[in-house]
Amino acid sequence: MEQTNVSSGRWKTVVILLLLCVLIAVIPLTIHKNSEFGGADGEAEEAIGQLDPEYEAWADPVLEPPGGETESLLFCIQAAAGSGVFFYCFGVLRERRRHQKESDS
Amino acid sequence: MTRKQKKLVAALFGLSLGLAAAPVANAMHIMEGYLPLSHAVAWGVICIPFLAAGLFSIKKTVAEHRKTLIILAMAGAYAFVLSSLKLPSVSGSSSHPTGTGLGAILFGPSVMSVLGIIVLLFQAVLLAHGGLTTLGANTFSMAIAGPFVAYGVFKLARRLRCPKLVSVFLAAALGDLFTYCVTSVQLGLSHPGEAGFWGATAEFLGIFAVTQVPLAIIEGILTAVVVMGLESYAKNELTELGYFKKGGLS
Repeated sequence: MEQTNVSSGRWKTVVILLLLCVLIAVIPLTIHKNSEFGGADGEAEEAIGQLDPEYEAWADPVLEPPGGETESLLFCIQAAAGSGVFFYCFGVLRERRRHQKESDS
Repeated sequence: MTRKQKKLVAALFGLSLGLAAAPVANAMHIMEGYLPLSHAVAWGVICIPFLAAGLFSIKKTVAEHRKTLIILAMAGAYAFVLSSLKLPSVSGSSSHPTGTGLGAILFGPSVMSVLGIIVLLFQAVLLAHGGLTTLGANTFSMAIAGPFVAYGVFKLARRLRCPKLVSVFLAAALGDLFTYCVTSVQLGLSHPGEAGFWGATAEFLGIFAVTQVPLAIIEGILTAVVVMGLESYAKNELTELGYFKKGGLS
C-alpha cells in the first residue's frame, strides 16, 4: 500500500511538471498575438546583414527540402523516430522491473 | 561485433535516420556559409580532441558497462527528440532545446560530443539546417560546451548538497542556455562589424540567449522528469553509472 502511495505521488509530480512545460510554451503565444514565431537563426542572419553588410554567405546547403510540406514530414519523422526509440527503451525497463518484483514476491 | 554492440549500432543507425529528418527551420545552429573560412577551420580543429575523448569514452562504456547501453540509446534518442521541438518563446521567435544535458550528466560530457556531431551532421547534409562549413562551430557549442557546462553544474550542485533532481534541472537548463551563449560569441567573433566584438556578441545574445531562456527551463524540467523515471525503472543502471554516489558521478 505504501508503495502505491509513493508511486501515485510521483505520477502527480510528473503530470504537474509536464503541465508546467506546456504552460511555459503556451504563454508566449498569448503575449505575441501577431508574431509568426520565426526561427531565431533567421533573425541572426538579418543581424549579420546589418552588422556586416559586406559579408556574403560563401556556401550553400547541400540539399534543401522543396517546401513546407516536405519539411514538416521530415520534422514529424524525426520526432516520431526519436520518441519511438526512447519510449521503447522505457517500456522495456518498466516491464523488466515489474517482472523482477513479481519473481521477488 | 558482439550482439550487444550490434544492438547499439542498430540503435544508433535508427537514431541517425531520424536525425536526418530534422526540420529546416530549427532555430539554433549557425547557418551554412556564415562563418569565415579561418573561423570554420579553427572551430573544427578545436573539436577534434573532444571527439576522440568521446569515442574512447563510448568504447569504455561498451566494454565495462554493457548494461547501461540501453540508457545511452535513450540519451541519444532524447537529444534527437528535443532538437526537433521548435518551441515558441517570449521573444516572439522560436528555437529548440538541445537535449544534450541528460547524456552529459549520466555518461560524462565527452560522450555527447560524438552523439551531438551525428545530429548536426545529418541536419546539415539533409536538412539545410546548420551547415558543413559551420559544423565545427556548431559541434563546439552544442555537443561540447553545453554538455561540459551541464556536467560541471551537476557536480557542483551535488557538492553543494542540492537534491539530485534539482541538480539535474539546473544542469540541463544551464547547459542548454550556455550552448546558445557560445553560438552568440562565435558569431560576435566572426561578425564584429562596427559594433565591435562585444557589441556584436551582445546583439546575438539578444537574439539567441533571450529566446532560449524559457526553452532552457522546459529542457531542465523534462530532463528531471526523465531522470525521475529512470530512478524508478533503471536503478541498477544508474547505480552502475554512479548516479547515486555521494558528490555526483565519477
